[in-house]
Amino acid sequence: MQPENLAEVLRNHPFLSSLPEQHLQTLLSCASNVMFHEGQYLFHEGEEATKFYLIRTGKVALEVHARERGPIRIQTVGPNEVLGWSWLISPYRWHFDAFAVEDVRAFALDGTCLRTKCEVDHDFGYEMLSRFAQVLEQRLVATRLQLLDVYGSSYAGVRA
Amino acid sequence: MNEELAVSSRRLVDPLLPHPVPIRRVVWETDDTFTLLLEPGGANGADFSFAPGQFNMLYAFGVGESAISISSDPYKPNIIAHTIHRVGAVTSALSRLKRGNFVGLRGPFGTSWPIDKAKGRDICIIAGGIGLAPLRPALYALFHRRKEYGRIMLLYGARSPLDLLYRVELEQWGKHYDVDVVVTVDRADSSWKGHIGVVTGLFNYVKLDAPATTAMVCGPEIMMYYAVEELLQRGVFEENIYLSMERNMKCAVGFCGHCQFGPKFICKDGPVFALPQVRFFLDKKEI
Amino acid sequence: MIEPPTSSERPPQVQESTNAVILEHQHFQQLLDVLRKKGYQLVGPTIRNSAIVYDELTSVADLPIGWTDEQEASTYRLKKRQDKAFFGYNVGPQSWKQFLFPPRIRLFAAKKNGKGWEIETDPSNTPAVRYAFIGVRSCELKAIETQDRVFNNGEHLDPIYKVRRDGIFIVAVNCTQAGGTCFCASMGTGPKIRGAFDLALTEITDEAVSYFVVEIGSECGAEVISEVPHRRAEKHHTDAADRIVENAAQHMGRTMDINGLRELLLSHIETPHWDDVARRCLTCTNCTLVCPTCFCSTIEDVTDLNGERAERWRRWDSCFTVDYARVAGGNFRLSPKARYRHWLTHKLAWWVEQYGTSGCVGCGRCITWCPVGIDITTEVKAIRNSHAKNQG
Repeated sequence: MQPENLAEVLRNHPFLSSLPEQHLQTLLSCASNVMFHEGQYLFHEGEEATKFYLIRTGKVALEVHARERGPIRIQTVGPNEVLGWSWLISPYRWHFDAFAVEDVRAFALDGTCLRTKCEVDHDFGYEMLSRFAQVLEQRLVATRLQLLDVYGSSYAGVRA
Repeated sequence: MNEELAVSSRRLVDPLLPHPVPIRRVVWETDDTFTLLLEPGGANGADFSFAPGQFNMLYAFGVGESAISISSDPYKPNIIAHTIHRVGAVTSALSRLKRGNFVGLRGPFGTSWPIDKAKGRDICIIAGGIGLAPLRPALYALFHRRKEYGRIMLLYGARSPLDLLYRVELEQWGKHYDVDVVVTVDRADSSWKGHIGVVTGLFNYVKLDAPATTAMVCGPEIMMYYAVEELLQRGVFEENIYLSMERNMKCAVGFCGHCQFGPKFICKDGPVFALPQVRFFLDKKEI
Repeated sequence: MIEPPTSSERPPQVQESTNAVILEHQHFQQLLDVLRKKGYQLVGPTIRNSAIVYDELTSVADLPIGWTDEQEASTYRLKKRQDKAFFGYNVGPQSWKQFLFPPRIRLFAAKKNGKGWEIETDPSNTPAVRYAFIGVRSCELKAIETQDRVFNNGEHLDPIYKVRRDGIFIVAVNCTQAGGTCFCASMGTGPKIRGAFDLALTEITDEAVSYFVVEIGSECGAEVISEVPHRRAEKHHTDAADRIVENAAQHMGRTMDINGLRELLLSHIETPHWDDVARRCLTCTNCTLVCPTCFCSTIEDVTDLNGERAERWRRWDSCFTVDYARVAGGNFRLSPKARYRHWLTHKLAWWVEQYGTSGCVGCGRCITWCPVGIDITTEVKAIRNSHAKNQG
């Protein structure tokens, strides 16, 4: 993809909407176009989290390997969504496996590089943190709803 | 306030006495959910019809009654379907019945989905768990006059892939009736290739023409609450959002008091409500 | 059926003195006899277990003659009067709803037959009797009218209520004193009898000669009284009656400010005051049992031991019971706070939206019979005060 096109597509990703131009340039300098085939793992639990991904097409499933129960999928991330915040938050390690359920096209952003830029430019750091904080909040609310098991026979095992 | 009924609903008999009707078929949808297909006309060919969203009181002889939404095609009322979650004494008793056994029927009761009012508009249907059952008649009614509606989207969330209802039909609707069907589950194993997450997350994958959209929502109350928030945030007007509420039903005719939700009797002012009628109470605890 | 009045219309007042007669106490038994002869079953006040309850009357001697009641929050006592008034008390723990809306009744029986089952329609639901209610207070008459709207709600009509309500004979009684927990004046439901009745009595016992001023409210009533010794009432009689009832109106034990009550309660759904009540309320359901307008019921399905025969019974229920709002997935109203809040808000606010009138008739029973003395008028005042505090 041509550099100008990369910028244009990146600019239009919902996660980056209204990001000031200079910060967009910072991101661009650490961005690349990536692709994963169906069946590939993007990363594994415990590995160092050096990147985050802005998904363009396809679907990634987050897996927890629950030992005797095998892999359990707890969330999928799809087009226009963002995958991975562990690059920004110590100890910078992945908490889940990420499995490409379909062919995935995404922007990969170099987290290590961007972390340094956050330290140097706190405005940029604030932009990143506030956007990721929103994602975290949405995921937390969703996870709690999933935890309540609202479609089950009793609410989270609590019988009234 | 009763929504205009797309299909007129005629009572079977005395709304206070259950009428024994035969079971024509039992289908197990999941390991704890089953569908009873009843022939309300039975031997004497009595008239029964209903509007999408209405419910019947089904009586298991000697055990008790349960309010169950009618989940079949309102244009084919000679056989009516009731998808039931086996969870208590009455539903367990109903789950042990076989073809040829008799179930007591009172109904239909309640208000219905705004099929007529929504003509010419896009329809966004959001179903959670067994909430898809009372919405299925709405889908059939929309398919009956498909050209009179714009886009139809179905966002459906279930506990896990094994808990999905009407799996074959979900695929058919997408293929044959020009419906955007998007399905998610709360959790899955590696054999599931679909979405995983809360049903409101599916809004990220559908583009709504909000002012032109009528939404119909049914599922656990907390899920409906979040779905409504999401719809409003995306610009759908509150008067175009409809919910189907649930409460403890006993008499189904507004006398026993149990089904009250604030001042509304779910059995006769609902179960289908336009959002403005109930919005004030949706975020109040233990109303 | 005595049709429920719409909110904008009331039956014409039958108040001219030409329509009033005087009935002597010594002839009251004959009134009862005439009614019995016409086929009515008489029910009215009688003393049992140190309370004035409503039961079958066989004669005047069954009435609580010379007795009065003293009522306060969680307090009820009978006391002997100085005179021999027949109706010198206010209201006891029971109301007339037990006759029109029976506490327990079978809805149907069903029996297995070959491959299925069938309903036996229940002849015992049609009572062989027509009631004559003797001694209906204004608040109670309003309560009956209120329940008329509940059981004929515009979409459905309860046949059990209807068959009992049609054709009853009402001998109403104007209260000549107000009770310690009464507030009908605030609610606009009394003490003066207004509405659909057959005869309305005001008992005069403060003069040398005691008598009843009888207002005739219907043709039925006129017919009955014509067979009982009576004489025309003069203006001074009806004036005396009006005075004594007005005096009762001025001495109510409680008051309730109903101005903007619905808006007040709607805007205070989450006020901390409900926690205060919840600490005291035992959810014992007494208030709903004694309340003349409470109408909640539950359904019980039972079988015989070999499962061949099934019955469905309806019995009184209360929104205070812990299972009232239970559904398969949980319970929508579990905490005592939520249950109390629902009862009060329904009674004073939701009822208006549902039926066009308040659900409360100011009879004070819930205050008297609450074992911990929770007072609906005090609770409303407390919410108003918290509202005023937040405003000012």
